[in-house]
Amino acid sequence: MGFARTAFAALAALIATSAGAAGYVALPGGAFTSVLPADGKTADAVVAPFELRATPVTNAEFLRFVGHDPAWRRDRVAEVFAESRYLSQWAGADALADGTSQQPVVDVSWFAAEAFCESENARLPTWYEWELAAAADTTRTDARNDPAWREKILGWYARPSNAPLADVGGEANIYGVRDLHGLVWEWVDDFNALLVDGDSRESGDPDKLRFCGAGALTLQQRENYAVLMRIAMLSSLKASDTTANLGFRCARSRTGGKP
Amino acid sequence: MNRKALVVSAAMSLLALCLAFARIAFPAELPPTSAYRLDVPLVDQDGRGLHFADGRGRPRLVSMFYTSCKYVCPLIVDTLLATERAVDPAERAKLDVLIVSFDPDRDDPPALKRVADQRRLDVPRWTLARTEATDVRKLAAVLGIQYRALADGEINHSSALVLLDADGRIVARSGKLGEVDPAFVAKVRETLAQAPARTP
Repeated sequence: MGFARTAFAALAALIATSAGAAGYVALPGGAFTSVLPADGKTADAVVAPFELRATPVTNAEFLRFVGHDPAWRRDRVAEVFAESRYLSQWAGADALADGTSQQPVVDVSWFAAEAFCESENARLPTWYEWELAAAADTTRTDARNDPAWREKILGWYARPSNAPLADVGGEANIYGVRDLHGLVWEWVDDFNALLVDGDSRESGDPDKLRFCGAGALTLQQRENYAVLMRIAMLSSLKASDTTANLGFRCARSRTGGKP
Repeated sequence: MNRKALVVSAAMSLLALCLAFARIAFPAELPPTSAYRLDVPLVDQDGRGLHFADGRGRPRLVSMFYTSCKYVCPLIVDTLLATERAVDPAERAKLDVLIVSFDPDRDDPPALKRVADQRRLDVPRWTLARTEATDVRKLAAVLGIQYRALADGEINHSSALVLLDADGRIVARSGKLGEVDPAFVAKVRETLAQAPARTP
């Protein structure tokens, strides 16, 4: 009897964790060779252990959020935080189009994504956290040097983007994280930090370089086009921008809560 | 009939009075494009707490820097000084300047105070301030400034002077450093000319 109760409790706890409120999985972090060297030259990035949402935030989840915090409804949000296309694919300010509840939410601004993550005591992942999670495939933590893997990911970018989005819940990678490739682009916390030129602090006129992709001069792994395209796309955005294939997921530092 | 008119007129005056009072007690809502809709708590060079939106009511030049930066950041202060010197003194008195640090770990109030003293900045018209890391990112986002901390403690950042009007709307920006940007100065003059005359 006692054993059965313990087993039941353990099972219940397991179900609660896996299907729980937000479904975060733990990632170990570590030293990581990013396409953006940590010193602007060649140094590895060092990522602290963190938790990442297993799937992108869905329309249903975002609808619940705007229900609790109406300042983020599309008919109330201030223009400085979200442009006019914000949540434009929803059926109404508080209604989803049929069959879209489990699709990733898109047409969200960076400010709105940050606010959602704060509402579950989390934050957007940093670029390095996202890149580390996205370097994995189903069996390896770093599949980036496998040409077949790179080919598969590039295939997604070649597909037309006007087809309806699939529901979240694609194949899990070795960490248990899903949909990092092949579904939507994702906001990161430091989206506005990625292509700052490595030597801007020493040059008289950083703007002369800023829009010429000067940062790309220090990018590593140039063959990893798929990841480089993400950086280029994120760098081109303003925090109030929204696009029809840009969503997000949230992250937490392992020490608990916000960074 | 006469009495009825009197009552109506009394009611009207009362209503007008209430409306006038409401305007004083509750300032009009910020415009939808106002950067001041972002709630950013700041601490200034004297350790005083304030909010980004407290700048409402006067035009303001805003930029971001960090005090341990040797190259571009002194240039940012130089350029802000040169920009406001290009404006008539009487007009300049209506202009505030805010610089917020990218580097909350190292830029505490004493570090900010040292810069204010060394550069003889016109405090309190000038404010140097810090905020927490998550708010640094949000403020930079709303101002359209890019920055990235490197492993060696340096911070790469784009340089921008941003002009906010009295309601916090971004009116103009300039990426020119080390020299005055004439188009930007023209916008500063224009914005000051439109601003309500009010002392700090």
